[in-house]
Amino acid sequence: MSEKRNQVSRRQFLNYTLTGVGGFMAAGMLAPMVRFAIDPVLQPQGKGEFTAVAQVDEITSEPQRVDWTIDQVDAWYESEVTKSAWVYKQEDGSIVALSPVCKHLGCVVAWAGNDDYPDQFFCPCHDGRYYKDGENVPGTPPNAALDRFQQRIEDGTLYLGKAIPREEA
Amino acid sequence: MMQKIYDWIDERVDITPLWRDIADHEVPEHVNPAHHFSAFVYCFGGLTFFVTVIQVLSGMFLTMYYVPDIENAWRSVYYLQTEVAHGQIVRGMHHWGASVVIVMLFLHTLRVFFQGAYKKPRELNWMVGVLIFFVMLGLGLTGYLLPWDNKAYFATLVTLEIAEGVPFIGEATKTLLAGDPEIVGAQTLTRFFAIHVFFLPAALFGLMAAHFIMIRKQGISGPL
Repeated sequence: MSEKRNQVSRRQFLNYTLTGVGGFMAAGMLAPMVRFAIDPVLQPQGKGEFTAVAQVDEITSEPQRVDWTIDQVDAWYESEVTKSAWVYKQEDGSIVALSPVCKHLGCVVAWAGNDDYPDQFFCPCHDGRYYKDGENVPGTPPNAALDRFQQRIEDGTLYLGKAIPREEA
Repeated sequence: MMQKIYDWIDERVDITPLWRDIADHEVPEHVNPAHHFSAFVYCFGGLTFFVTVIQVLSGMFLTMYYVPDIENAWRSVYYLQTEVAHGQIVRGMHHWGASVVIVMLFLHTLRVFFQGAYKKPRELNWMVGVLIFFVMLGLGLTGYLLPWDNKAYFATLVTLEIAEGVPFIGEATKTLLAGDPEIVGAQTLTRFFAIHVFFLPAALFGLMAAHFIMIRKQGISGPL
């Protein structure tokens, strides 16, 4: 017994034991609550679903606004939500579908929304502007191009999915 | 590391006496179950507090998902129980804890009563304890309605009938609780919610503080 000096005093031992047991109990109590609270972060991302929004032959080279509704499930609340895009046909026949959400602070932009800039997208909040291809006009508030929607064309109908920022697209 | 942070703060604002006053006190032999096992009866007050802490915490977390609205209350409860990770556990803690806290409170009351620990100079603390008991019953009653299922609804009808039975002020009391003289609905739910999560807990915290300050000031009652 006495050949070794006691490394841990009785007081220390009791302190460690009590702290350990107490910590274990507190953790057992708090772990489910914390997991419960952070659940939204850990939900898997819903894969983008495509919705029919327009007939391809109705799309012109002038950007037009198309609206469509999706069924949105928001936890216990289900509702129809309207989404919008600005679509136009390029010279090679391909279609561009731009998100109307300004890259500055999230207001809604409109094609030719300002009479002074009839061939640009215009954001009324802080006079942000974008060229027809969605690139932001240098010197205006936005610092990125408008997002593009994922798109698919089937049987002459345009289907749009999620809006994707340029760098990732 | 922790020690260094503690020392840094302590050196500046001298926090040691603060927690010493709260945590550092002798436990008399007659209340220590290590000496006399029967002294476990002295644990019921602390256990009541422990369960109350669980109730407060789990309740705080439940309000992250719950909505006090007749259209959505039940659906939000159903959602948090079935779709959210550990929802069943967190609501289960609050649901069962609500009963356990009443049981513990009752055992604590019995101990104080049969040991005569409420006698002078501790009468005031007994009165505060009785108020805590009523507040707890109020919490159980108002919380019962919140899931807005059939059991909750019809139990609350009965509650309101009882309130209405009080002479003279009964009808006014019922209207005050239900928010409407006839309908038990949207306004009843929001009122019960407000009472359950704001008014009664505030009262409870105040009363518990008084209860604890008094027991520390007067000390625990002596051996039988």
